[in-house]
Amino acid sequence: MTENHITLRNLHKAFDVKKSDPVIALDNVNFTIQKGEFISLLGPSGCGKSTLLNIIAGLEKQTSGDVLVNGQPVKGPGNDRIVVFQESGLFPWMSVIDNVMYGLLIKGMPKKQAHAKAMEWLSKVHLTKFANAQPHELSGGMKQRVAIARALVMDPEILLMDEPFAALDEQTRMVLHTELENLWRETKKTIIFVTHNIREAVVLSDRIVLMKTRPGGMKNVYDVQAARPRTADSLTINLENRILEELQQEMEKVLKEEFGSEYSLKTNRVHSDPDRDMGSNI
Amino acid sequence: MWPPFIIPNDPGGTTIIKTFIDGIMSGQLLDATWVSLSRLLIGFLIAVVLGLLLGFLIYKYKLVDDTLGFFVTTLQSIPNIVWFPLAILWFGLGVSSVIFIVVLGATLSITIAASTAFKSVPPLHLRVARTMGSTGFHLFRTIIFPATIPQLISGFRVAWALAWRAVLAGELLGGSGGLGTLLDLGRSLQSMDLVFSIMIIIAIIGSLIDNFVFVAIEKKVLRKWGITPRATN
Repeated sequence: MTENHITLRNLHKAFDVKKSDPVIALDNVNFTIQKGEFISLLGPSGCGKSTLLNIIAGLEKQTSGDVLVNGQPVKGPGNDRIVVFQESGLFPWMSVIDNVMYGLLIKGMPKKQAHAKAMEWLSKVHLTKFANAQPHELSGGMKQRVAIARALVMDPEILLMDEPFAALDEQTRMVLHTELENLWRETKKTIIFVTHNIREAVVLSDRIVLMKTRPGGMKNVYDVQAARPRTADSLTINLENRILEELQQEMEKVLKEEFGSEYSLKTNRVHSDPDRDMGSNI
Repeated sequence: MWPPFIIPNDPGGTTIIKTFIDGIMSGQLLDATWVSLSRLLIGFLIAVVLGLLLGFLIYKYKLVDDTLGFFVTTLQSIPNIVWFPLAILWFGLGVSSVIFIVVLGATLSITIAASTAFKSVPPLHLRVARTMGSTGFHLFRTIIFPATIPQLISGFRVAWALAWRAVLAGELLGGSGGLGTLLDLGRSLQSMDLVFSIMIIIAIIGSLIDNFVFVAIEKKVLRKWGITPRATN
């Protein structure tokens, strides 16, 4: 059984509305997300994916249209929707455990109980050893783990992630993918995950929303049907290539706009045909 | 004009060290020091409260920033002792006038430091806190204020030095007791040994407060936040 968890209806967002040439970040977006789904928003920079996330989070306001969570319109930030940002945003003046407890204390949870719950989540991200450390003593990957624990300890229905692993190195990112997937399966949260990394989206998501630019909005939605945990097999590689092909049109549009006629993108210049090494060119 | 420092010119004559030690022993210098320090403390505390409040209003309301913010910057270019004649007319010769110029000088500099600091709180921290459900005064108490502590401390450090100067200048001109008044007494008695003794105390207090209060707190905070430049240890 599935139920609509998040509904976006005729969502429209424009910046610089007062100027004659407003930037349309989101143009008539309609989409529904089921409870417990893992959705990725994928696209080139400037396609409005972070804007969409912020609107769902309630941190930004749409120009027109509706965002419904469980049928209720979003009016502002709420602790049913917690955001994990690209940079961990841990508060440097608080210890790790205080950072994780921060939201619980706002909720009015007694300190002792909040501490116990925070420790429980720190152990889920394997960081109990660092509970009393200051954030600057942690590595980038650890910080992001704390940020995830800090979000999930709030027990939100929806976890919004804005390129949470973009600033990490590849190895750390792969480890965190697995951990996030496990946490997701364990907690059954609805996750909206903004990324510009195709592989990341394919490995993690149930559905991938490919975003477009000028005007910003949704271009295509891909169902990812590969079995979890996912590895690079023909199914995922095939999907990656399909997405890449479509993404390239968008990238071309962005680059043309930035560099004018000086730029022409050579198709598949970087990401060559994966079968080429297998002798497809013979 | 230059009294000997340690060895007297004639046996049993005055030296700075002797006057200094005698002054300490008799309690004259210590009493005056205490009077000046208590004025510094009262004036500075009032200035901290006022400065943080004004700084917050400037940060919070654009209108206050455009009006009061501009006014504060202009006022700050006036040395605080310039206000002393007015202060005497308003409050009479005495403690209130001294405290007035102390508060005025320190408040302006704390206001500017605080409003700049509040404006530079990383937006990321604000968004994280807001998504967790923090708003209003809670947001200020748990995020905006602590986030600005390193900048506030350097602001306080500048402000206290201004305040200390204002205390002495006020006492020197206003004659209401304290080290400044004693300094003026030394001048009128042509007792340069006393003048030098007081100057030594002023300098010692200045460096003690700076090093053991402000630098110590600053170092501790920066280490906790992980922004200590490790290479310069």
